[in-house]
Amino acid sequence: MALMAVKNLEKTYHDEQVATNVLKKVSFEIPEGQFVAIMGPSGSGKSTLLHILGFLDKPTGGEYIFDGKNLEDYNEEEVAHVRNKKLGFIFQSFNLLPRTTVLENVKLPLTYSGVKEELWDEMAKEAIESVGLAHRLDFEPSQLSGGEKQRVAIARALVNKPQVIFADEPTGNLDSKSGELVMDIIQKLNRDRGHTIILITHETYTAEYAERIIRLRDGVIESDEKVKERRTGKAFLK
Amino acid sequence: MSLKHSIKIASGGLKTNKTRSSLTILGIVIGVTAIIMVVSLGQGAENLILGQIQGIGAKTIGIVPGRTPKGPTDVIATLSASLKQRDLDLLSRKENLPHQDGIMPIVFGNETASYEGETYALNIFGGTEMMAEIYDAFPSEGRNLNEDDVRGYADVVILGAKAAKELSPNQSLLGERIKIKGRNFLVIGLLPEKGGSSLFNFDEIAMLPYTTAQSYIFGIKHFNRIVVRADNEANIDKTVEDIKTTLRDAHNITDPSKDDFGIETQADALETVGTILNTLTLFLALVAAISLVVGGIGIMNIMLVSVTERTREIGLRKALGATKKNILTQFLLEATILTGIGGLIGIALGSLLSFLIAFIISTFYGMAWSFTFPWSAAFLGIAVSATVGLIFGIYPAKKAAAKSPIEALRYE
Repeated sequence: MALMAVKNLEKTYHDEQVATNVLKKVSFEIPEGQFVAIMGPSGSGKSTLLHILGFLDKPTGGEYIFDGKNLEDYNEEEVAHVRNKKLGFIFQSFNLLPRTTVLENVKLPLTYSGVKEELWDEMAKEAIESVGLAHRLDFEPSQLSGGEKQRVAIARALVNKPQVIFADEPTGNLDSKSGELVMDIIQKLNRDRGHTIILITHETYTAEYAERIIRLRDGVIESDEKVKERRTGKAFLK
Repeated sequence: MSLKHSIKIASGGLKTNKTRSSLTILGIVIGVTAIIMVVSLGQGAENLILGQIQGIGAKTIGIVPGRTPKGPTDVIATLSASLKQRDLDLLSRKENLPHQDGIMPIVFGNETASYEGETYALNIFGGTEMMAEIYDAFPSEGRNLNEDDVRGYADVVILGAKAAKELSPNQSLLGERIKIKGRNFLVIGLLPEKGGSSLFNFDEIAMLPYTTAQSYIFGIKHFNRIVVRADNEANIDKTVEDIKTTLRDAHNITDPSKDDFGIETQADALETVGTILNTLTLFLALVAAISLVVGGIGIMNIMLVSVTERTREIGLRKALGATKKNILTQFLLEATILTGIGGLIGIALGSLLSFLIAFIISTFYGMAWSFTFPWSAAFLGIAVSATVGLIFGIYPAKKAAAKSPIEALRYE
């Protein structure tokens, strides 16, 4: 069975007068371990879709079944638990806590996880090492380059060993070289560690790191196909 | 999530905004400081006054003329000539007051004295040799009054330090004669300087035999007060009853509500003063507590700003798995830690200031004023300031917890 399945998913925003249909009856399935890119121009509904898939928002119609259970059936505590344990997020603008060290930033998801505190340092360090930033443990975000910040964010996303990692325009704020490095790491996470990856991007170049591309336009799926010539990064991950 | 870690997160949030955090707690600091000072100084004053009342002697009972006043404006009740020589004679008898161990009538009033052109308004106390004992006012030079002085209507006087100094700045008045109401009085004793620390200013008094004062100075036949000393503190209540019975008999009173005399014991006085001071302290502490409320509103204001400012952080924490409860706890703890620290600083500052004031009063004014650390006020201060943090932190914390993660993450 697919890890994630959406069926006739709808999302309508109600303004004072107008109702905007951002997602119109979207359906697809994502099996565990797949690397999917969701593409589309701005306003296509791709961010809204990611928010729903990532348990950050709720649909106004249709179904979303994650790990065999309908989103509607998760209570508040369980939603927080899923976000913490099963999902990891990488944002375009990094969203690291300012004036807080790399190590502390990466430990953040652990503080809500119920994992014993004695293990936090070890787990966080391991995650930071895997993105090649072991020498930056005590740095604060303001002392890091954009690419390094995003790698810290990746370390934070994978510290709880989630099933799915969501990446929302992860290269959007980076120069092409740092962007490539970040995509290399994300691809490695999928290939070597089996994390399911949902990537949101509007660049074809970036999307081709994935094995499957879902194209959205005006809230409907325009195409859903396998990537024929997949881009592969240099082996980076240790 | 453990409480220890919640506290760590909350204090981390505060540390990143040190200036703001310290400005925020200023209101709490001032409020708690004021409460500590009011309570500590109130206790100091109470100890001082109670100490003096107890110094007068816990075994003494005061009988005053007139019925017990019905209210603060019932002045006439106390203007009475109901205590006379006959009452004194009756009370002096052992069969009436078996536990009596000394009895003394007192008359008092103001009269001007003169000596070689200098004049001074004296507080005149007419009594017996017992007066020195009861008020701890023994002459440091010369002698005390004695029975012969009283019996013989002797024209003798004992002067307080200031009175003596005013009448004769340069030489001792001992053995000299001063004029009071046209009559010459031999100065037989001088009191040591007592300072302004007392309830009565002993430095300004003149003590003389009550017989002399009655006949030659005030021209009255009654007493302003009769002091009875019991042989034992345990017999005070018994003696009070004996006095009542004796005086009612003598004055033909059957209805106790028509008593034409009142009785004051030191226990009553202690209780009255204690009650007045406690009420005053409580009132002042309440006024100080208002500043705590103002401080609390300041905290709420800053926490609201902080919540808005940290919308992204809240969204991120939620996206990473923080529950509503986690966020609520974080912000509530921040507010409570802020006010708690404010309370601690206030207690330290208030104690320090109270200590300094106590030190200044006792060193430079010579009063027996001691610093007491007000434990109750300190606990109260901590508890109240933490509660203020909780109460005024709830609204901002709820606002923070209610934020939806995507709204929060989108916020720039």
